[in-house]
This record gives sequence, structure tokens and C-alpha cells, in this order.
Amino acid sequence: MLKGRAHKFGDSVSTDHIIPGRYAHLRSNLPELAKHVLEDADPSFASRVKKGDFVVGGSNFGLGSSREHAPLVIKMAGVSAILAKSVARIFFRNAINLGLPVLICDTDKINDGDELEVDLEAGTVKDITSGSQLTLGRIPQVMLNILDEGGLIPNIQKHGDFKL
Amino acid sequence: MGKTLAEKILSEKSGGEAKAGDIVIAEVDLSFVQDTTGPLTIRQFQASGMSGLANPERTLVFIDHAAPSPNASLSNDHILLRDFSRESGCVLSEVGDGVCHQIVVEQYARPGDVIVGSDSHTVTAGGLGAFATGMGSSDVAVAFGLGRTWFRVPETFKIEVTGEFQKGVSAKDLILHLIGQIGADGATYKALEFHGSTIDKMSMSGRFTIANMAVEAGAKVGLFPADEITRKYLVAEGRGSDYQPLAADADAEYEKTIKINATELEPTVSRPHTVDNAALAKDLKGTKIQQVVIGTCTNGRLEDLALAAAILKGKRPAAGVRLLIAPASRRVLLNAIDMGYIKDFVQAGAVILPPGCGPCLGLHQGALGDGESCLSTANRNFEGRMGNPKGFIYLGSPATAAATALTGEITDPREVM
Repeated sequence: MLKGRAHKFGDSVSTDHIIPGRYAHLRSNLPELAKHVLEDADPSFASRVKKGDFVVGGSNFGLGSSREHAPLVIKMAGVSAILAKSVARIFFRNAINLGLPVLICDTDKINDGDELEVDLEAGTVKDITSGSQLTLGRIPQVMLNILDEGGLIPNIQKHGDFKL
Repeated sequence: MGKTLAEKILSEKSGGEAKAGDIVIAEVDLSFVQDTTGPLTIRQFQASGMSGLANPERTLVFIDHAAPSPNASLSNDHILLRDFSRESGCVLSEVGDGVCHQIVVEQYARPGDVIVGSDSHTVTAGGLGAFATGMGSSDVAVAFGLGRTWFRVPETFKIEVTGEFQKGVSAKDLILHLIGQIGADGATYKALEFHGSTIDKMSMSGRFTIANMAVEAGAKVGLFPADEITRKYLVAEGRGSDYQPLAADADAEYEKTIKINATELEPTVSRPHTVDNAALAKDLKGTKIQQVVIGTCTNGRLEDLALAAAILKGKRPAAGVRLLIAPASRRVLLNAIDMGYIKDFVQAGAVILPPGCGPCLGLHQGALGDGESCLSTANRNFEGRMGNPKGFIYLGSPATAAATALTGEITDPREVM
């Protein structure tokens, strides 16, 4: 069970919003890079986010670049999961590869600041603030297997090959 | 039931019958990283415990995004990449060689290949019939070590394009129009497959421009058949033996078919801050532009530079317009010098940037000032993309970019041709 507060964003939050190219020189200094997480979408996010919180997007979350640093800085901020109406392909795969759950649901029903409770096994989100309950879309089994082992690299470390 | 191009290639490379929706493990023919994703890929590779590269001579490391490096941190990343290349035996592409995607199609990609790159525009090689897609550092690290990766076989949209382009209209206008029509997430997880009489006659340069932007509609790949035009291209690049014909089966199953009449297309521009925010260039007249960029992996090939040079030759940009030219590769630059285009550009007041990604992703060279607008031939116009969230990026063809440089406002190239 994951519990935390929702940080609500709009549609089409791109990888440039999440971690702009102008900070590419910090990509080998991850703690410094992470200070700029989601800066171009909400400059106050990095100072407000607390461990366990959720990033809640609209449609096509994470569109753009293949930079794995985008889900990485969100994970480093302590975010326990990303919820969105839909998610871009490369970002989705990258987040799961880092062990960061990306959950698909109707995020229109979630407001900024709402307290959420996510039950990954039951596939539900309970919005404690509004009292509403949402159903999560199914993550493909192969990605659940990667997620369960904490990401792709831990999966390979353990099995020495794809174990899907 | 017949197969789409994606199903054909993934069947061949997974050694089974790959149908849309299946999960397959496929052989990877070529894998690569660039300088902003490579350092993390190397760290993930080293953390994974894999012993070495599965295929060193088909593993490439490119220094193209910050080339030459604008600061010490990125220079240190470049040292990491050079050290890894030397120690692992993979191929290094240095500062000034050009953008990874252009070098891949010039020197490496073959019809029927599976290619993964840690850069979203890896899809470019779909222009010659390779199943080429962008992935993150962890996935590419594993492809480096195992020589294989897993895919969900995508459903395919058949894009059928017929008719002749009008004067001043090119492949870039077609793909901007298509993305405007289906949306920036209109093809998420899907393959785009291009068909029709316009495609049959289209140059490889145009095919690469379209394939390059498939990801801007969310697609996993943008695939073209490998045909006589592909064969001639590979022969001209000195690797005719890499050719094999490739086409989808006539009875392949498509999720949907989208028909486009090329004759009806007009010069098209994507407005800030999403690629699907398309409009006609003529309807944006009066929009002031301070910087024009011609080049990058989307439109930095010889054919693109020829189009732009024809419009700019003997003229000067409007007052207050900076004109930047970013050839996609060293080979393109050399050819453009031979053809006299570089002289035309320099005489027209342009700045010639080294072959590479140039100002496209806001690392260096041509960052926008607050409130400034740029018309670029690149592929992405996201907020903050060109180094400043207070900048505005419009995307267009080389002809539209050249015409806009002359007038200082977004201009339909037919007005100046």
C-alpha cells in the first residue's frame, strides 16, 4: 500500500519539463540534477515534494526524449508512483526499468494536494480527500515482473539474462 | 494472414511468428548511445554484472549533443565515453562527425535490422526499413551486453500518401501535417508504416525526415519499405551489399489506415509548445522570428541544405534575424562545401555550426533569450527545449525556414521562390 499527497500536473508534461536539456551538464552529478526535477512545469515542486508523494499527470505524460534521467529524478525526489491518464512509451518503459510504478487511471478526479492511497495488488486508488475510488489500468505482466524485482538492472543482476 | 513490416522484422529477429500484441525477445543488430544518455548507460551496464559487449563492432558511442563541449562537466562525460569505448572495443564517433542518427543511416543501418539507441529519434533509420527505436539507458545497457531486447510487437497504422507535392512543400510539411492530424499521442505504442505513390517516389532524405518524427506522434517506429530508392542510396553510400528488399505483405492487418493527398498539402508549421499544434505557414504571417535554425537530424541533409541555399543565395536575412546552419554530419558538410551551399550560406550572413545536434536541445549554441522566437527545422518545440522556458519554438521545413530568415517573420516559402 502506497500513501501520500498528489502533486497535480496538466497534459503533455514533457521530458524537457521534467529535466531540461540545459541541465545536461549535471547528469553525472545526480543529487544536483535532482534539485531541478519538474522545474519547468512547477518551479516549487522540488521544495514541496515529500517522500511517498505522487506525481499526478494528465494525458501523454513524459513525452519526448529517451533520457532515463527524467523518471530517475522523480524517483530521487521520493515519489512513490506516477499516476496519469496516459503515458509516453519510452518514459513508461524507463520508469518501470528503474522500479518506479507508472499507473494509468482517470486523473481528472484527483485534485492537487489530495491524500491518496494506492493498492498495487488490488489495482485501485482511493482518494481519501474526495472519497472517490479509481481503478488502475493493467500493467503488462512482463513489466510487472521487472517492477517486482526493483527494475531491469536488478533483474539482470539476479538472472544474468532476461527473465520475463 | 500477412505481416506488417514491424511483424516481419520482429518475426525474423525473434525466430518465431511475431503478431501485434505479442511480447518477443529479438536480436539487436545495432545499439548506440550519445553523450547525454551514454554516461548513465555505461554506469547501468557496469552495475548489471554483464561481462562485456555482445557485439562491439555494432555498438556505437556518439559525441554529438554537446560537441564541442561547452563546459567541464560535459567534457568529463566525454572522457568517460572515450575511456569506455577504448576499454570495451566499441566504436566511438567523435566531436564533429555528426548526429548519431545521420551517421547510423549513412554507415550502419540495413533494411530488416533491429536498432536500439538511447535517443528518441533513433526512429530515423526506419526510413530504410530498419525496426529502429529509442530506449532509455537501462534498456540500451542490456542490449549492449546481451545483444537482445524485449518488445511488445506494435499494432500498425498504415499511412497512405498519394499525389505530387506542390512547389515549396516537402516531406517535413507532410509529417507536421500528419502529427497535427493525429496528435502528439495519436500513435503511442504503435508503428507507422508509410505507403502510396508519393512514398514510392520519395528520396531517402525525405523518408528519414518523416521517420525521424514518428516519435513525435508517440510511435515506436516509423517504417518505410526498402525498395529501389533504398538500394541506390546504399550503393551511393558505398554499402550496396547491405541492401535487401523489404515490403509488408499485401494482406497485412492494420489497426487503421490514414490517407493523405500530398497535392493538397501546404507549407506547415508547428507552433509552441507541442508538435501537434500545427498551422499553415501563410496563416502565421506577422509572427516575428529572431533566430532561424536549418539542419539537425530532421532536416540537416544535403537535399535540405540545397533547398535552403536556393532561397538564400545572394540575399541577406532580415535585420534582427540570426541564421544558424547545423549540417547533420561531416559527410553532409563536405558535400555542401563541394556544392557551394556553404559559401551561399556564409555570404547570406549565416553562422555554420559544427556537424551535430546544434541548438536543438538547448545545451549550447543558439539558446533563446526571454521572449524570443525561433523557426527551426528540428523535430521538437517543447517549452524550455532550446535552453530557455521563456523562448518560443516553431518547426518548419528548410524552405519555410529560409523564407522566414529573409523576412524576419514566419513566411510561406512560395512567396519568395
